[in-house]
Amino acid sequence: MPDRAVPVLDVKGLKTVFRTRGGEIHAVNDVSFHLGKGELLGVVGESGSGKSVSMMSLIGLLPSPPADVRGGSVMLNGRDLLKISEDELRSVRGAKVGFVFQDPMTSLNPVFTLGNQIMEPLIKHMKMPKKAAEARAIELLELVGIPDAKNRLSAYPHQFSGGMRQRVMIAIALACDPDVLIADEPTTALDVTIQAQILELVKELRQKLGMAIIWITHDLGVIAGIADRVMVMYGGQVVEQAPVRELFANPQHPYTRALLKTIPAISGPREARLKVIEGQPPIMTAAPTACPFRDRCEYRFDTCDRVNPPRRAVDGAPVGQGHDVACHWSAPALAALSEVAHA
Amino acid sequence: MRDASPKPLVQVTDLKMHFPIYSGIFRRHSGDVKAVDGVSFDIQAGETLGLVGESGCGKSTVGRALLRLYEITAGKVVIDGEDVASLPPEALRKKRPTMQMVFQDPQASLNPRMTLARIISEPLDEHTDWNDARKLERVYELMDAVGLNRRFANRFPHEFSGGQRQRIGIARALALNPKFIVCDEPIAALDVSIQAQVVNLLEDLQERFGLTYLFISHDLSMVRHIADRVAVMYLGKIAELSPRDALYSLPLHPYAEALLSAVNEPDPVRAATRKRIILKGDVPSPANPPLGCNFSTRCPRVFDRCRVEDPALRQVEPGRFVACHLYDQQTAAGPTGAPEVNERNQQGELQ
Repeated sequence: MPDRAVPVLDVKGLKTVFRTRGGEIHAVNDVSFHLGKGELLGVVGESGSGKSVSMMSLIGLLPSPPADVRGGSVMLNGRDLLKISEDELRSVRGAKVGFVFQDPMTSLNPVFTLGNQIMEPLIKHMKMPKKAAEARAIELLELVGIPDAKNRLSAYPHQFSGGMRQRVMIAIALACDPDVLIADEPTTALDVTIQAQILELVKELRQKLGMAIIWITHDLGVIAGIADRVMVMYGGQVVEQAPVRELFANPQHPYTRALLKTIPAISGPREARLKVIEGQPPIMTAAPTACPFRDRCEYRFDTCDRVNPPRRAVDGAPVGQGHDVACHWSAPALAALSEVAHA
Repeated sequence: MRDASPKPLVQVTDLKMHFPIYSGIFRRHSGDVKAVDGVSFDIQAGETLGLVGESGCGKSTVGRALLRLYEITAGKVVIDGEDVASLPPEALRKKRPTMQMVFQDPQASLNPRMTLARIISEPLDEHTDWNDARKLERVYELMDAVGLNRRFANRFPHEFSGGQRQRIGIARALALNPKFIVCDEPIAALDVSIQAQVVNLLEDLQERFGLTYLFISHDLSMVRHIADRVAVMYLGKIAELSPRDALYSLPLHPYAEALLSAVNEPDPVRAATRKRIILKGDVPSPANPPLGCNFSTRCPRVFDRCRVEDPALRQVEPGRFVACHLYDQQTAAGPTGAPEVNERNQQGELQ
């Protein structure tokens, strides 16, 4: 189903800086990735890792100032989104790229009916007449599993529960048949049973519509169930990238390895004590000149303080295509070290 | 088994917490939000009871009602031999040092204008007549216990990260040597790598000071890690109360089963093969709960009796309590699976 050979989105060397009163914050540092047709890319990281900011930079959703996208290219179907005008960008957003935000409570306008909000992109971007837009809105609501869609068009957001609102948000994002759907923690604010409903819906929609999806989350459990490929971010950088099964079976970066161990298991043997990553994530006040994870890394050595490790291939495929990691240690060396440390 | 064990530290009997709804121009009392509707459980000294459920199920309300942060509608809450629900104000004040709370949002539960030392010593100001030097000594002791550097004593909450703020909240809760602490979603607002730090700290403190926890959370994997027994709540009632391992390996109540199946496992291989139970619809409003069993509107195994009769929480195996007609003697003793037979007949007629 996903076709990696046909890239929908190709991002290279993206850099985003926030200018604040306290100085600059380098939120995104040289982020590169690509997204194949119909592929679901999971982006994992803690708060402040730059995962949301990098995706919002792609389509110019960050207010400037304070945000400043300093460099890189974002190719969407052959056009560089960082070079086109604000008007063109506006037509890309909504029509070519759909966005679903974390909080379904605040991302719908409380004073307009759902029908109004779903029809808006259809009328604006697709220049649909009102009647056709209404028919399409009903179709969309049915697509995302809202019963009695026809009568729900005149309802207001407050009449819907959280899970239902997130369905509506997805319907709006899908309205113009986007090539790429960016979902920023779309299930984080929802309860587990409702989360399961939404994940099931997204899987179904992928089968039906075949769009590419970028799924931003801090929840490795969600990623394991839904992603084709995963990109792990830390300190505004991509520290590891791999197909989902490969990443969970064979994590390379010390951060990824530690992260996978801090989560308690829901089945299987119960750990006596949780593994801890000591310390705090860094605040990037300057462009990185050393490994951003070094302060919390068990395997730090002198090179880590001097050189920011570039991404290198783990499995022979070119960086970005297969499994790559940004760490000075090679896998065998790291394995030997961790055996010594845990012996 | 139960008789042999010592008397539980916390005994909750038929706890009810209703919030009145007033409507119309005369603000007449027109109904109640039954946030907690008849909840009973015990917590042994030194034990951690996990309380799980989805938002709106009443789990936080139970935690707050236990410490009498609300005036309880009905029921008994015996903590260390005294019924907290009916204590007069002065006696309640004397009781407060034994029972404390750690809140979800360390940002909102710490006064931004107070220094760390003042925040932690506030309970001491209220409940002791110690002089300043002794109080400061205690503050330092507590900061050491929760892993905060003594140098930070004069800093303000905004200078700390989320995980450190939660440590401040824990230090404050420990100030008066409590026996019982209600932890209300203490890790929900923290990053994954920080959650483990706080949970390990809570476990260390429990061991060191012999604390008893009610650990309220929606994170079922973390509850499996920290709790000895787990109560699953749904719409103001306990659906199942079981020892941890029993519950996670074989949940009995259909809601507990669905809830556990919905947890996302960080393992793509297992995620691909695992069978999930996807519940239909949303949780009904606690102001207008369904007739019969609260879960009957979403239950995949519902039958006629569920829609008319509310199942009581019964012991179905030693130590395991379930509120479900499927496990009732009456249903089980009758023609086994009678409801399913009925359904099949109906389908047969339709065909």
